[in-house]
Amino acid sequence: MVPLSWYLAVAAVLFVLGLFGVLSRRNAVAILMGVELMLNAVNINLLAFWRYTQPENVAGLVFAVIVLTVAAAEAAVGLALFIALYRLRESVNVDEIQLLKG
Amino acid sequence: MILKVVFLLVSLFTVGSALMVVTHKNLFSSALFLVASFFGVAALYVLLEAEFLAVAQVLIYVGAIATLIIFAIMLTRGMMSGRTSPRNDQAAWAGLASVVLGLVLLYVVVFRVQWPVVEKPVPPDTIEQLGRALVGRYVVPFEVASVLLLAALVGAVLIAREKEV
Amino acid sequence: MDTLLVLIPALPFLAFITIVLVTNHDKRLSASLTIGATALSWLLGWYFAFRALLHPEHYAEHPMAWTVPWFPGGHTVFVTGFQVDLLTAAMLFMVPFLCLLIFIYSLGYMEGDPRFSRFFAYLALFATGMLGFILADNMLLAFIFWELMGVCSYLLIGFWSFRKPGETHIDHAQVERARRASLKAFITTRVGDTVMLAGMVLLYAMTGSLRWSEVLAPHTLERLAEQMTQMPVFGDVRWATLLAILVFWGAIGKSAQFPLHVWLPDAMEGPTPVSALIHAATMVSAGVYLIIRTFPLFHVVAHGHNGAMWFVAFIGTFTALFAATIGVAQFDIKRVLAYSTISQLGYMFAALGIGAYVAAAFHLLMHAFFKALLFLGSGSVIHAMHHGHHVAHEHAHGEEDLGGLEFNPNDMRFMGGLMKKMPITAWTFIAGGLSLAAFPIITAGFWSKDEILAEAWHNGHMWVFWTLAVAAFLTAFYTGRQIFMTFFGEPRTEAARHAHESPKTMTYPLIILAVFAIAGGWVGIPETFPGLGPLVKGWFQSVMEIQAEALHIHMEPVPFNPVPALISMTMALGGLLVAWLIYGTRPLGFEDPLERPLNGLWQVLYHKYWIDEIYQGTIIAFAKWFAVFLYKVDDVWIIDPLVDKVGRFGRWLAFSTRRFVDEQIIDRLVNLTAWVSNVLGEWFRQIQTGQVQNYLLAIALTVTVLLLLTVF
Repeated sequence: MVPLSWYLAVAAVLFVLGLFGVLSRRNAVAILMGVELMLNAVNINLLAFWRYTQPENVAGLVFAVIVLTVAAAEAAVGLALFIALYRLRESVNVDEIQLLKG
Repeated sequence: MILKVVFLLVSLFTVGSALMVVTHKNLFSSALFLVASFFGVAALYVLLEAEFLAVAQVLIYVGAIATLIIFAIMLTRGMMSGRTSPRNDQAAWAGLASVVLGLVLLYVVVFRVQWPVVEKPVPPDTIEQLGRALVGRYVVPFEVASVLLLAALVGAVLIAREKEV
Repeated sequence: MDTLLVLIPALPFLAFITIVLVTNHDKRLSASLTIGATALSWLLGWYFAFRALLHPEHYAEHPMAWTVPWFPGGHTVFVTGFQVDLLTAAMLFMVPFLCLLIFIYSLGYMEGDPRFSRFFAYLALFATGMLGFILADNMLLAFIFWELMGVCSYLLIGFWSFRKPGETHIDHAQVERARRASLKAFITTRVGDTVMLAGMVLLYAMTGSLRWSEVLAPHTLERLAEQMTQMPVFGDVRWATLLAILVFWGAIGKSAQFPLHVWLPDAMEGPTPVSALIHAATMVSAGVYLIIRTFPLFHVVAHGHNGAMWFVAFIGTFTALFAATIGVAQFDIKRVLAYSTISQLGYMFAALGIGAYVAAAFHLLMHAFFKALLFLGSGSVIHAMHHGHHVAHEHAHGEEDLGGLEFNPNDMRFMGGLMKKMPITAWTFIAGGLSLAAFPIITAGFWSKDEILAEAWHNGHMWVFWTLAVAAFLTAFYTGRQIFMTFFGEPRTEAARHAHESPKTMTYPLIILAVFAIAGGWVGIPETFPGLGPLVKGWFQSVMEIQAEALHIHMEPVPFNPVPALISMTMALGGLLVAWLIYGTRPLGFEDPLERPLNGLWQVLYHKYWIDEIYQGTIIAFAKWFAVFLYKVDDVWIIDPLVDKVGRFGRWLAFSTRRFVDEQIIDRLVNLTAWVSNVLGEWFRQIQTGQVQNYLLAIALTVTVLLLLTVF
């Protein structure tokens, strides 16, 4: 059987890749994609722990389902925001949006 | 043994796709790599014997979210071309932070912690138990999530619509 | 019941307030208010007085009292209030009664005066002062009422100085004289009061109290008598002596004793009821009352060491003779009486100085009655003369020859023969005069004066006795002179010829007072006097001796001694006889029969020993010079230039401060603070990029670092 730490390692790598995307990309949509990657990494962790520690307890699955739901909602709202933003500023580049600059 | 080989292949595919997602210059290609990555994750779910979640992953992420993202890319397409770099000024710092954090995480999860692993089979009625849990013990999170979805739905429409209406 | 004591001074005060604020325009109502309030005070006063006098043993030790906490003073609360012991009772018998009679008399005397209401308001205020003063149970309250009387005295002496000349019969000179007299009275008495105030403050410092009952308690007094203090000129002085003399100075001012007597004769510029009330019967006797009240303080130091008693005796005796001599050579009917008042007050102080506590109190009361009578009688005469002058003027056929003198209704030289014109006034005046002259046996003045002389003889104060005896002779002489010049002989002017009797509001009080002036003394016929004595048994003396015993003053009853009594009678009768010989046996002109024979001495007496001129030339001149000097010091030489320099220095300092401190240091410091803030702000604002990814990066780095720290 595959050791648990392998899954965790894959999830960690996936998470930092997503983080890198969030931190380095200009385009808001690309940032959103990074966020989705991070959420997937979290889900892998949840399911891996479920499977390797308490497979009879469905809590891990429930959490994964809810994360999935939140991800969907986040994507919907986020994309709506981008469209509104684009309509307003003709741009979805995050580094150009700095109204709060001191 | 076969499972490990399969896992390594799937993992490589997933991580590689993810790497392409965050590094590819073309946003559209990024989106496509994201879909590939989602599929990889779904495969990992299968390896974890969470078939329901794997199906849900494909349906929701690939079917809904990825589609949405592509829509968004297309709707905001004007910005895709003409730019020399898709990355911002702090990309180097971001890379450094990500690499260091990743190394630390890997060290922690692989070497540092002794995980309390139990060798148990997955109960056959897991799906049923999941359904009962969602409408029984976890009904409140479930309902909150549904309200969240509804709010997101209405909010998205409200935010994205034309102001003249 | 004792709370009603408050009403005695409060009622006239209410009358005063009401008149001033409300009824000012209604003369009749204003007068009624004053007289009504005083009448109520009188009834209340007599109620308390008789209650005390009929049960002397009880009330000597336990005065009727009403007290109220006044203000907190250090460790104790200063308690104030009113009390009636036997001494107060005796005064309470006299004061409101005289006030009432004189107020009624004023109805007639002040008739037609444009400031009639105001006059009665002042009278009511004065009654408040006098009644409050005799009732006060502590020195501070007494002092307040004492000064209230001082103010009333000022207002009433100067009553006619507020009038425009020509408004009625008052001429310009008289207005000016009234103004000066009122100021003189106020300032002169202030000299005494200042010393007295110092005494009061010292008394409080030494005993921690000003209540009579506490200050005059035997152990307090003994402590004061034993403790010594160092004085610049006099060396070691006992506290009791020092305090007594300081307090006595208040009495010197108020009771017009030498050397502060000068104000009283001038005070006769006021309306005559005022002279009667304030400057004869009541207010001036307040000084005597004060010394009688504080007598234990004088008395506590053993005889022989007692500078205070000696001082009182000396001042009293000297003043008695001194004023009597001046009285001989005066022509103004009221001035004669004024000097006689000073002289009689001197008698009382002399009595106190030789320890004759009872005799002094007795003479105080008797004198009040007959002197009020004399003043009211003289007022009646002046009123009549004034009226007569007015009538005569209407029928005048050319200027009347007055021997080169200007007409003055007060001047006895223009009177004469008034007995036939105004018999009631004349007979009552004669009754008062005989009492003043101490006509033997029948008059009040004889009994009181004789008592003083008997005490002086008995206690071996021969210089006091003989001086007072001479003064008694002079008193009888100038009283007789006054009576003969005024009422007997032929009228010497048209004014006297046209004079007629005064209205009933004026004569009735005279009659009542005449009764007291004669019969009042009978309550004090000493028990040892042959014949009459056993009938009365010295009732007044026995009452006052109980009071004295309560104050731990031991009085030995004076055995009857025919020698001083005979000397006293001789002096009185002799004085009257000499007066009759000189003034009663032949018609008088405008010149006094003694003026030529005595010549130089007459001038001295007529000019009152030039005391006023001496004061004018020394103290007042010095005060004026000193004032000018101080003005020069202040405005010309030192203070003003100094103030100028200080001001200039201040300006220079301010200017330099601004230039070198404010602009160079303070301003720059403030700017530095602002600059630092600015720089810091500029620096910190760079962190606030507005880019969400920067923040996220910061979070990621922080988490990484924290994780590294946790793991390794």
